[in-house]
Amino acid sequence: MHNLTIKQMSEKLHAGEITSVQLTQHYLDRISKYDAELNAYVTVTPELAMAMAEEADRQLSEGTAGLLTGIPVAHKDIFCTDGVKTSCSSKMLDNFIAPYDAHVVTQLKKAGMPILGKTNMDEFAMGSSSESSYYGPTKNPWDHQAVPGGSSGGAAAVIAAGLAPMATGTDTGGSIRQPASFCGITGIKPTYGTVSRFGIVAYASSFDQAGPMTRSAEDAAWLLDAMAGFDQRDSTSLHREKTDYAAGLNNSLKGLKVGVPAEYFGEGLDPQVEKIVKDAIAEVEKLGAEIVEVSLPNKDLAVPAYYVLAPAEASSNLSRFDGVRFGHRCENPKDLQDLYNRSRSEGFGAEVKRRIMVGAYALSAGFYDAYYVKAQKLRRLVRDDFTRAFEQCDVIMGPVAPTPAFNIGEKTDDPTSMYLADLYTIPVNLAGLPGMSVPAGFVNDRPVGLHIVGPYFSETKLLNIAHQYQQVTDWHTRMPAQYQ
Amino acid sequence: MSWEVVIGLEIHAQLTTQTKIFSGSSIAYGAEPNTQACAIDLGMPGMLPVLNEAVIGKSIRLALALNAEIGKKSVFERKNYFYPDLPKGYQTSQLEYPIVGKGHLEIEVDGEKKKIGVTRAHLEEDAGKSVHGIVPGMSGIDLNRAGTPLLEIVSEPDMRSAKEAVAYARKMHELVQYLGICDGNMQEGSFRVDSNVSVRRPGEPLGTRTELKNINSFRFIEKAIEFEIERQIEILESGGKIVQETRLYDADNDVTRSMRTKEEANDYRYFPCPDLLPVMITDEDIEAVRAQMPELPDAKRARYVSEFGLNDYDAGVLTASRQLAEYYEAVVSQTQGKDPKLCANWVMTDLSGALNKAGLSISDSPITAEQLAGMIERILDDTISGKIAKQVFDAMWKGEGTADEIIESKGLKQITDSSAIEALVDEVLANNPSQVEAYKGGQEKMLGYFVGQVMKASGGQANPGQVNQILKAKLSD
Repeated sequence: MHNLTIKQMSEKLHAGEITSVQLTQHYLDRISKYDAELNAYVTVTPELAMAMAEEADRQLSEGTAGLLTGIPVAHKDIFCTDGVKTSCSSKMLDNFIAPYDAHVVTQLKKAGMPILGKTNMDEFAMGSSSESSYYGPTKNPWDHQAVPGGSSGGAAAVIAAGLAPMATGTDTGGSIRQPASFCGITGIKPTYGTVSRFGIVAYASSFDQAGPMTRSAEDAAWLLDAMAGFDQRDSTSLHREKTDYAAGLNNSLKGLKVGVPAEYFGEGLDPQVEKIVKDAIAEVEKLGAEIVEVSLPNKDLAVPAYYVLAPAEASSNLSRFDGVRFGHRCENPKDLQDLYNRSRSEGFGAEVKRRIMVGAYALSAGFYDAYYVKAQKLRRLVRDDFTRAFEQCDVIMGPVAPTPAFNIGEKTDDPTSMYLADLYTIPVNLAGLPGMSVPAGFVNDRPVGLHIVGPYFSETKLLNIAHQYQQVTDWHTRMPAQYQ
Repeated sequence: MSWEVVIGLEIHAQLTTQTKIFSGSSIAYGAEPNTQACAIDLGMPGMLPVLNEAVIGKSIRLALALNAEIGKKSVFERKNYFYPDLPKGYQTSQLEYPIVGKGHLEIEVDGEKKKIGVTRAHLEEDAGKSVHGIVPGMSGIDLNRAGTPLLEIVSEPDMRSAKEAVAYARKMHELVQYLGICDGNMQEGSFRVDSNVSVRRPGEPLGTRTELKNINSFRFIEKAIEFEIERQIEILESGGKIVQETRLYDADNDVTRSMRTKEEANDYRYFPCPDLLPVMITDEDIEAVRAQMPELPDAKRARYVSEFGLNDYDAGVLTASRQLAEYYEAVVSQTQGKDPKLCANWVMTDLSGALNKAGLSISDSPITAEQLAGMIERILDDTISGKIAKQVFDAMWKGEGTADEIIESKGLKQITDSSAIEALVDEVLANNPSQVEAYKGGQEKMLGYFVGQVMKASGGQANPGQVNQILKAKLSD
């Protein structure tokens, strides 16, 4: 059952060939069997899942079901879920049960999707390997020595291993696309403002954006349809007409102009990754696209700008975790200062503390102009690069990450090298553009993704290109041998 | 050599909205702790602010009243600091781009007018409060107030005495109420005044200032500033230095005490709030607010003088509060503007006196403007005299009905029937033959005596003009 596409699942559910209870139980069984080793879930919610599956079956039998009704989903543990722990993979929130649902969770509940559980991630979404989780690292299903990427590493792993048919993720600096690349799945980060941030534990508010993580582009289009839409509870949510993301999947790619920036194929890029990406672009060319050379000259400014701005926002966003109202509180605080110091020292992990310190520093009196203001200027330069590039092309293609998944522990002692590995994904977040990772091959049995970036609101186009590519390739259908 | 006093005020005016500035919680005063705090107010993970747009129009109103610049683009920023009553660990405020820019307010002290500069006014959310004594041995946090919309109005350091400072504070207090943007309730903290006070030798740069916080009456603000000025001068004259600090006023002992020094102050790490878009104000927005602006106190005062013929003093008293002015104007309009001065006298003397005595405000007056106008109408149409009217007023105050009902039930209608008055006059003259002799002998001031006697005989109800006329005629026979 876990090899079906979402479209096939939906058809079988509506035809009565399978029930949501069977489908959900199938995934719960697989989770029981495999997750102890994989550590992709922080919380599994079998009772909730089965209750929702029964309700879905009722709707299916009554004919009131929608396209996604009865298809289970796993939420990244950054989405608040009413009555279920939302930890953000942090000790700080290990005891936190939100009394509300994130907008995305509400939307997918309305769509009738049983919740399998909450997936592991880098603590507070800060990281690129899911190793900073309080609950320990998630393994890459393709190779248990390797990281699944991050921060949505648990979500990518559950899709790759068939422990959920669909998953939600968030992408602040590449956190959907890089794990999608590392785990050989499809992930799309929509235009900033497409999916409401209400109920998503904030990391860096001006970058955070939720999106679907699935096997195929078609699956992603279906899930994005349910996730996206205006929400008045998020002031940065965009008020636009509802888009049918699956509508353009079968459009021809004839005449599509694909921009290939020379800067994305420079020093530091693994030659084997480069080859896979170039082969994938050649495949798209065969489908009728025209390749044009474009330039993103300020690409190298993106990582430094991001690592000032995101920590600055994070330092403020994470101030609410003070041990007063919710979350971790130290034992026997002797006074207020002690309560703050110990609750936060004990509750946050090293990477989170590092970013809070960096962010507070960048905002502090006397340094604000040199860091925060300067970084905002760089952000504009990076965005302007894309604006100019999109005058010459419809989409940009390149690598998602410079290498395939690295080994667990390989970069934990060197945060800077970990940061620099996000050089292709971060510019897209700085500009607020939609970006996608599509499975495109393997290096030493570890997956590699193709990065597709489009202008604002071009999600339908990106999904169309990915879907057409997936009609002529089978990378996205492959599963690690032990999980088949 | 003398000292020059320099004072600037920061006024926090709580805006009269139904709900909080960034959430749908009520801001009604006096609810049980934490019953008006939703997940957003509590700073729960994933919660986001959504601006209550009502605060924008109210801010524009103030800007127009102060002839101030309006921030066409104003930006919310986060002021970061840790405190238990600050749920998010930051206060959402405005720094670089406030909604109201430079303006001014004119005050008058001892007959002298002076323009006080307003530096800016910015929107921000209030914090919650720590509550002591509910949980034994611990502090409680009440977040009902967290997120209440405030407009912080910052003045230039233009005031040179405690009197000027209080005049400015009072004028601002009157203005925000006129504008309908703040209820002005100082006891409940809806209008809070922080005073920055320093002294210097004239011509020298500004001295080190101290800030006086949390004083909830104008009288105490004046006393606190007076005390602070003396304290600073004493320190400087004995060779000491002023420490920049926040001080609290202790009304019982009439002194100020140090609360915290600026050395312990935070670096607030302000930056634009990424959860809120900049507020964009168009010319059309401004014009829409302008069209609905109420008449402001200064304009009203001038109109009372020119249109109603009141003197400056009376016009000032009647416009001191919007409620009083509205009451007065209702009385004038319901008497068709026949005698605005008479209306003013009744509102300012009898009504205000009675209200003061009873400790009531104009909005709690037991006599409505309509009732008072009804009584004044009866004076104007000679149904009752001014003297009888006082009886009617007292009866209305006690809730005995309208003027007409009281006049009817108590039989207070003025006697205007000349034959009835003639009969009374004849009786008085007949009973006082020696006085009549005296009058006819040239003692014309005896007329007053006869008038008094006739009025007395009529129980005060005879029309005094007619009595006079008839007496004169009869006595000259």
